[in-house]
Amino acid sequence: MAGNNPNSKPMNLTLKVWRQKNSQAAGTLETYQIKDISPEMSFLEMMDVLNEDLLLKGIDPVAFDHDCREGICGMCSLYINGRAHGPERGTTTCQLHMRKFSDGDTITIEPWRAGPFPVLKDLCTDRSALDRIQQAGGYISVNTGGVPDANEIPIPKNIADKAFDAATCIQCGACVAACKNGSAMLFTSAKVSQLAMLPQGKVERKTRVENMVAQMDKEGFGACTNIGSCAAECPVGISLENIAMLNREYINASFTSENV
Amino acid sequence: MSWFSKTFSSSIGRKLVVAVTGLFLCSFLVVHLIGNLQLFKSDGGASFNIYSHFMATNPIIRTMEIVLLLGFVFHIYQSLYLNRKNNSVRKVPYAYNRPQDNSNWSSRSMGLLGTVILLFLIIHLYNFFWRARFGEPNMIDIEGTGYDDLYSVVVQSFQLWWYVLIYVVAQIALGLHLYHGFSSAFHTLGLNHKKYTPAIQKFGAFFSIVVPAGFASMPLYFFIQGLLN
Ligand code: HEM
Ligand code: SF4
Ligand code: FES
Repeated sequence: MAGNNPNSKPMNLTLKVWRQKNSQAAGTLETYQIKDISPEMSFLEMMDVLNEDLLLKGIDPVAFDHDCREGICGMCSLYINGRAHGPERGTTTCQLHMRKFSDGDTITIEPWRAGPFPVLKDLCTDRSALDRIQQAGGYISVNTGGVPDANEIPIPKNIADKAFDAATCIQCGACVAACKNGSAMLFTSAKVSQLAMLPQGKVERKTRVENMVAQMDKEGFGACTNIGSCAAECPVGISLENIAMLNREYINASFTSENV
Repeated sequence: MSWFSKTFSSSIGRKLVVAVTGLFLCSFLVVHLIGNLQLFKSDGGASFNIYSHFMATNPIIRTMEIVLLLGFVFHIYQSLYLNRKNNSVRKVPYAYNRPQDNSNWSSRSMGLLGTVILLFLIIHLYNFFWRARFGEPNMIDIEGTGYDDLYSVVVQSFQLWWYVLIYVVAQIALGLHLYHGFSSAFHTLGLNHKKYTPAIQKFGAFFSIVVPAGFASMPLYFFIQGLLN
């Protein structure tokens, strides 16, 4: 099982990787042996090595999402050994290192599983449902004009900190992948509460939460049952408090907004 | 769709109904438990029979009974609706999944625990409620007034080991249901605060142990008493 590899010796691993030609095709787990993996490698570098091997053997390389490879873009995904972004808490897959595994380990690698995240190919999923939730209200409408002076709008430090924490969501979708209900509440709550807490976001506060929740339901995500797997697996540590705040915002907006 | 039906057919709106009815059912549990403590009075069941008679005839209680029934209906309908929908979101299951690394079993099993409670409720209502309300009364005399002797029905029922077992298992399910459910309901209502949330969680854990233990103590008490006699 996943553990620390103290002696930085190269490792031999067995990989079980989900292979699926396209969104229509049925997929299966394929088994590959991989040799001489340095514990210093990131998980995605290990995947690169696998793909080089596969290319040499004339096998189609495994498609997986990635971009920045430094934990900020939210593109990487992967359900590794039963956990979103792998066994280490608070890390994206690109920041997960092979020293978390041991020589001889078998690693099962699957795509995010949720109806609203259809598999495009192998480990790549279409996560644009999250974009559409964001587009439904995750913005503020301001007229462009002169830049306001810094600190012109007073915001208490603790509120600024909480809003900033919510704003760190990188939209990776691990919360949905880890949730038994395939719920996107942690994601949506981070986006809603970030803006609900700040003066600039207060103008569209009620309509925003109504529209974003409606879009979330429309995309087919599940309902939250406060299990908490999402926050436990979130690579940036978005807190469950945001979900309570989303509930509060939604209940308040439903009963008091002008939208009938 | 009107704003009202839109709200209550949204995922959060439905969950709101589950939370409000869930907390209402918790208040019912407290009343029910305190009332049933009359069973422990060693007066040959007189207080319990008088209490049961009051519960079956008082108009306020009879009205609350309908509210309670509606509470159960809404709680069960909305929670099972959400449960079914949630189970259909992940069309392809994970080949390898380790939810135990990120969450509690009880919070993931609310549907199962609720179903166990529901099955228990059916048995429980059939045997006691139905018997008390529509069964042939077995009148006894307490201080000159005739009462249906429900106390004896209770005592008789709890002589059967498998009947006691059903009760104990159901109370364990209820405890686990509330271990997650009590504090979860406050979260659903958006009531989260640095000052109060830790206290709510502690009280929820306390509640989820004490209330089911109180209920389970009754069948166990009469069963053990039966063994000793
Ligand atoms: C005395 C009986 C019961 C009490 C006191 C009770 C209490 C609660 C509470 C407080 C919650 C938490 C609500 C929330 O998280 O917002 C809950 C959730 C739930 N209950 Fe019950 N419940 C009872 C009976 C039942 C029954 C009979 C069923 C089903 C057949 C059921 C199914 C559920 C389900 C599935 C949930 C989770 C729903 C969700 O989290 O979205 N419960 N219950
Ligand atoms: S809340 Fe966390 S897990 Fe969910 S999308 Fe944002 S960063 Fe990813
Ligand atoms: S590749 Fe950008 S966060 Fe992992």
